[in-house]
Amino acid sequence: MQDAILAMLAKEPSHGYDLGLRLRRALGPLGGSMNAGQVYVTLARLEKAGLVVHERSAGSPDRPDRKVYALTDAGHERVTAWLAEVNRPKPDLVEFHLKLAAASASRLADPVELVDAQRRELLRRLAEAQRAVLAEPEGSTGGLLLEGIALRLQADLRWLEACERVWSRRADA
Amino acid sequence: MNVLQVRDLTKRHGRKHNLVRAVDGVDLDVPAGQMLAVTGPSGCGKSTLLNLMAGLERPTGGQVWLAGERIDTAGERALARLRRRSVGFVFQSFHLVEELTAAENVELPVLLAGGSPRAAKRRAGQLLDQVGLADRARQLPWKLSGGERQRVAVARALANEPLVVLADEPTGNLDTAATNEVLRLFADLRAMGQTVVMVTHDARVAATADRLVSMRDGVFVEDTWLGGGSGWLDGLFAMGD
Repeated sequence: MQDAILAMLAKEPSHGYDLGLRLRRALGPLGGSMNAGQVYVTLARLEKAGLVVHERSAGSPDRPDRKVYALTDAGHERVTAWLAEVNRPKPDLVEFHLKLAAASASRLADPVELVDAQRRELLRRLAEAQRAVLAEPEGSTGGLLLEGIALRLQADLRWLEACERVWSRRADA
Repeated sequence: MNVLQVRDLTKRHGRKHNLVRAVDGVDLDVPAGQMLAVTGPSGCGKSTLLNLMAGLERPTGGQVWLAGERIDTAGERALARLRRRSVGFVFQSFHLVEELTAAENVELPVLLAGGSPRAAKRRAGQLLDQVGLADRARQLPWKLSGGERQRVAVARALANEPLVVLADEPTGNLDTAATNEVLRLFADLRAMGQTVVMVTHDARVAATADRLVSMRDGVFVEDTWLGGGSGWLDGLFAMGD
């Protein structure tokens, strides 16, 4: 979230409330779950790290003083670096793979049962994601994020099928 | 109430060394209003199971009950009547009559079940409206997109208010956008309380059901309830930073 907020400030200086609105809009149907306080906590952290500075804007009677945040030079650099960076998937697969190998070697658990349990969990997540996808109108940008989540879960499920094949063959051998 | 009940159902092909147990002693209850997905790799027996439940194939052993009526031992005429009135089919390759318009395709099962032309016309109009194709009613199938053709096929499946809709890979021939189009329609059916059993190898399609049964080598290896959210999605952004 830090990087996303910095990137929004690269367009123009802004205050916390406005940044929260923009983030929520970008997240589409998932934006509702965002905690309003998160933006302010993140801004405070970014300021401490020297990536943003704030100025108080003059308040009017119905609008109290507000802090307007802007990027520092260091903040600008970080945004540029973030946008250029290629995202690497989190190494969840590695951990699960090692867990299966360890379960089999130690005989403390049946790898195939671990795969089954994992699959049930992923299927429930996929069901939730897929329902959310279908609730979005075709072609909305909000639905795109959900589409990505569903596709990843689908890929994980395919990998689990391969895990099941190999580990059940090993059990038979 | 269970719309479908299957007991110790078996279907074997071939004999001796070539013996294939396509369905190998399966038990299943499908309550009214449930959307059930049967999934598994090709050759796991899921399509055979669907055909047995539809009365399209005879089992080697076991029983199939549709709304309290036993169909595995029913005579051909009784079966034909049952398939016309109580079961709606949706196929992977649509199976629309190419010479008939969308509306005529939907009217056909009503007419075959003995409905009047007027009743058939009224029902087809209603259903095409329901699947969002009122303005395509007079088109021939080849003028329609894949998603539209499958929506016509779903409308046709619903023509006689079937007890259950049986769908075999209903999105197998469709791209992502058309798949979502058809799945939205299935979500509507689910909301209306229509009992549906669909067979699919696609996890995303299966995930739209209330319940998922996984098949391997003719047996069920998993029976998972998918209804009700775990709140996992909402938790995705409740992160620290």
